[in-house]
Amino acid sequence: MSSPIVKLVAQRIALGIILLLAVSVLIFAGTQILPGDVAQAILGQSATPESLANLREQLGLNDPAYIRYFRWLGGILTGDLGTAMSSGQDIATSIKGRLWNTLFLAFWAAVVAVPLAIILGLIAVRYRNGWVDKLISGLALASTSFPEFFVGYVLVFFFAVQHQWFPAISTVYDGMPFGERIQAIALPAAALTLVVLAHMMRMTRAAILNVMQSAYVETAELKGLSAFAVIRRHAFPNAIAPIINVVMLNLAYLIVGVVVVEVIFVYPGMGQYLVDHVTKRDVPVVQAVGLIFAAVYISLNIIADIAAIVANPRLRHPK
Amino acid sequence: MADKQPKPGQPKPGQPKSGVLLDIRNLRIEATVYPPGEAPKNIVLVHDVSLTLEKGKVLGLIGESGAGKSTIGLSSMGYGRGGVRITGGEVILNGRDILKGGNEGFRKLRGREVCYVAQSAAAAFNPAHRLMDQVVEAALLHGTATRAEAEKRAVALFKKLSLPNPENIGERFPHQVSGGQLQRVMTAMALCSEPDLIVFDEPTTALDVTTQIDVLAAIKDAIRDTHVAALYITHDLAVVAQVSDEIMVLRHGRLVEWGGTRQIIKEPRQEYTNALVSVHEIEHQEQKPGTSPFLSVKNITAAYGRSHIKVLKNVSVDIFPGQTLAVVGESGSGKSTLARAITGLLPPEQGTVTFDGRPLANRLADRPKEDLRQLQMIYQMADVAMNPRQTVGTIIGRPLEFYFGMRGRERDKRVAELLDKIEMGKGYVDRYPAELSGGQKQRVCIARSLAAKPKLIICDEVTSALDPLVAHGILELLLGLQKEENVAYLFITHDLATVKSIADSIAVMYRGEVVRYGAKSTVLTPPFDAYTDLLLSSVPEMEIGWLEKAIKGRRMASAGN
Amino acid sequence: MLVIKRIPIPALIGIVLTMLFVLAAIFAPWIAPHGNAEIVSDVPWEPMSAAHWLGTDNLGRDLLSRMIYGARITLFIAVLATALSFSLGAILGFSAAVFGGWFDTLLSRLVDLLMSIPTLIMALVVLSVLPSNLVTLILVMGVLDSTRVYRLSRAVAVDINVMDYVEAAKLRGEGSGWIIFREILPNALSPLVSELGLRFIYAVLFLSTLSFLGLGVQPPDADWGGMVKENKDGIVFGIGAALIPAAAIAALAISVNLVADWVLNRTTSLKGGRG
Repeated sequence: MSSPIVKLVAQRIALGIILLLAVSVLIFAGTQILPGDVAQAILGQSATPESLANLREQLGLNDPAYIRYFRWLGGILTGDLGTAMSSGQDIATSIKGRLWNTLFLAFWAAVVAVPLAIILGLIAVRYRNGWVDKLISGLALASTSFPEFFVGYVLVFFFAVQHQWFPAISTVYDGMPFGERIQAIALPAAALTLVVLAHMMRMTRAAILNVMQSAYVETAELKGLSAFAVIRRHAFPNAIAPIINVVMLNLAYLIVGVVVVEVIFVYPGMGQYLVDHVTKRDVPVVQAVGLIFAAVYISLNIIADIAAIVANPRLRHPK
Repeated sequence: MADKQPKPGQPKPGQPKSGVLLDIRNLRIEATVYPPGEAPKNIVLVHDVSLTLEKGKVLGLIGESGAGKSTIGLSSMGYGRGGVRITGGEVILNGRDILKGGNEGFRKLRGREVCYVAQSAAAAFNPAHRLMDQVVEAALLHGTATRAEAEKRAVALFKKLSLPNPENIGERFPHQVSGGQLQRVMTAMALCSEPDLIVFDEPTTALDVTTQIDVLAAIKDAIRDTHVAALYITHDLAVVAQVSDEIMVLRHGRLVEWGGTRQIIKEPRQEYTNALVSVHEIEHQEQKPGTSPFLSVKNITAAYGRSHIKVLKNVSVDIFPGQTLAVVGESGSGKSTLARAITGLLPPEQGTVTFDGRPLANRLADRPKEDLRQLQMIYQMADVAMNPRQTVGTIIGRPLEFYFGMRGRERDKRVAELLDKIEMGKGYVDRYPAELSGGQKQRVCIARSLAAKPKLIICDEVTSALDPLVAHGILELLLGLQKEENVAYLFITHDLATVKSIADSIAVMYRGEVVRYGAKSTVLTPPFDAYTDLLLSSVPEMEIGWLEKAIKGRRMASAGN
Repeated sequence: MLVIKRIPIPALIGIVLTMLFVLAAIFAPWIAPHGNAEIVSDVPWEPMSAAHWLGTDNLGRDLLSRMIYGARITLFIAVLATALSFSLGAILGFSAAVFGGWFDTLLSRLVDLLMSIPTLIMALVVLSVLPSNLVTLILVMGVLDSTRVYRLSRAVAVDINVMDYVEAAKLRGEGSGWIIFREILPNALSPLVSELGLRFIYAVLFLSTLSFLGLGVQPPDADWGGMVKENKDGIVFGIGAALIPAAAIAALAISVNLVADWVLNRTTSLKGGRG
């Protein structure tokens, strides 16, 4: 590894950390924009002045906002995410198992979606402008118009209700055997896959087409290389970075889809936990979980950028 | 112009001859275009073109854009770019019709019997692989050499093509090598598998003129020493005259004229060929500089942003009423920056621009409307110099409204007069730029600048994006308008032939400095400084044997490569 | 002139469906057979019948009537949110491109920051403290989505701003009014118009998602997303009532997509058409 790359990657990571800090400010500020205050919102209009004062004291609302921010940030950096207001439970403890569940679901959705999207993208490029390409592109266009719950409930309706192949509600518990766990997440994973597949496929198609239309691919064809050799030796090395980029961006998108899909299938993950506590107006939980989602999203974006940097021959072999 | 005229002494189609390498008969090539919002339609790119090429000979294919020359060149490899299809005729290479061989046949032929050199080697090399791997790839693929043999051959070719560091240059990646060098490496790549035929597709067009001459000489030597046959495609007749044995002139996908190089450039039989040959010749009598210039540039120094690299260093020139100052230089010489400094788009760091005896404000924003009116500008790319959503009438009429407050009938009348001046007529008033040809677009831009009745029009490479015949018409128009309107031009160009046609005085720029400046006759008369000598001697002339003479007579190595 | 025959079939389908939804939304009280909150049956989820074409919902209300009123709420909020995001994003984006300097830098960094968090997550964060009402909903949706419009308009305007014809206008001495409204805007219109369609689709999907999660339109009113939530429990019993509003959302989104696609194609093939 030569130095310009190390420098650029270090810069990108540093930028990511700064961004994450800025995001933490934004998330914290986002929960302070209420006209009135949090205590009032939690207790409602009928609250007595004493209970309001008590809650303000309990939440530390009497301190200025920046002190509360640093207290909160300091806690997060030391692994203390605070206490849920609605249940009084420690947030970090509640999240642990749920985070793992969410990652498990997202992982298996990605395992199916990524290769499928790349293969479909390749097929679309191979038969470009043919009926296969048009069909794939048409379905892709349609499926970007589908809300996640439409996809989810159609799956439930057919595969859990009409044919009882999979459960409609994805219950998982500690110590559940792997096979049963997979069966439990089959439908939510399929829904997630369908949600990201179309977009990922279209972007993959565009990335490969871009490379296939470049002059050096023509040069390779004019050397008499077979279609396969052109792709393997000349297109692939240049397409890999854009494809990794596409995959990472879509995985980032997947974590948004996970919120809705978990609610549909009542799956005990981070998304459902977040939505529950937004409804309960449990600010500490929303802040903590929002920050975790943002961190994952930003990290995936950083990885996408780093892949592009590392794969660029101009940077790998400077003048 | 569809009349086919096989060259005298050539075998008639259907009579095979031992020396014939490539025999293209009645080639017809079509493509489907997809205009947005309309049904796809078929267009014919090449109409029944026939040609023969003997072993070891070079045939130049020449024509303007859209002549079908690259399409014909690529058909000798059975290749159609972007949905282009060969729909008729035969392409007989080494005695067999390659169009019958199918994809398998094409693969065996490409990179072995026929190789290709592209216009932009920078784009044609794969950025992910080292040069050597790409140079030997075809030879290894077709099994014409082992890796060691192929690499040895490649190094020998690098030497022959005068590449620096022939032993090690193959270890580099494409982005680590300059454009002129890459073009030579690409020629080596084509020669490495020892093909019978190489298709050169405008191999020097993208290069600066002083670099072009070296690459051209290297290609010519390599062709001679390896006895390979070549199809040499270009739009520049002077270039093709240096390397070809025969020249074929094409227009709109049809054959115009085909003959020996000497015959084509000295005794063209067709009117179109004659026009192409004589396109460089405009006689322009140099005017003596008047007593006082109306615009003086004094000691201007400029840089972009906060950079320390000065794009202009201490530049001084004068412009006289009704005369043309031509600023010549290669890319990066600072000639366009000079225009930006004069117009106020890039305020100079030092120096002044004096206009009618008083200094002009440095910044565009500080100049009064009257000063802006006096200095007009015409751009290289006429398509992006006009708002695509405005009609010709609006484009030309706006300066009339803006500077002179003309409205309604008065303005329309003046617009019609201006359209008349640019030889287009008032039928074009309601047209949009997209509905005009390249030459017409540039004419409208000229009319727009004339509408302001300026003292000076800055012309930034106004003819370089145009085909030679169209460019010729624009130059004649500009010269005529100068006489009528007594307008001065600051004419920025890289093309010395244009300079000779239009200038009264010349400034030669090199790396941000004016290296030679004076009346046209003085600047173009020896003794020359080293750079002007290099520049002048690098401009291809339509003379057989010019290349050898020019290389021999040079005193300074090329600026770039 | 626009001739119906020359409109491609997919676009025609898109136009007809979109019109249908819009008409349903506008004339809801006149065409809905029953009131929005009117309970017409003692049992929930009555099947489709001549009396109730789409059956009844979880509380025994006429589903067709709820769908028609739902169209009204869905379109109303989505149109307002799109209008907000568009005017906010386009005005700020154009200004940033033309004026540049610290104004551009500040806005662009702020937008980068907002876009580094998924929109849904940021919306959930602020909705956890804001009062649940329509104004909040429209403001949150509009402001969060304006970041995308900002980026697009700024990029388009920056591209056009460096074109030679804009430079020519500056050299002529034109003021920024002429440059923005006569040189830049006419050329920025076609990418922005097609983006308008996409932003509207996004607003519909986003609203539906929020309502589905229980954070959008509050009962007894319901947009289509909210209706999915109301009727989702029926699914496990094999009752597809929830699928009807879900499909309506998909149909609306596809229709608008088809129209936007066609408009984009048409405008780029206009005279002087630049994408």
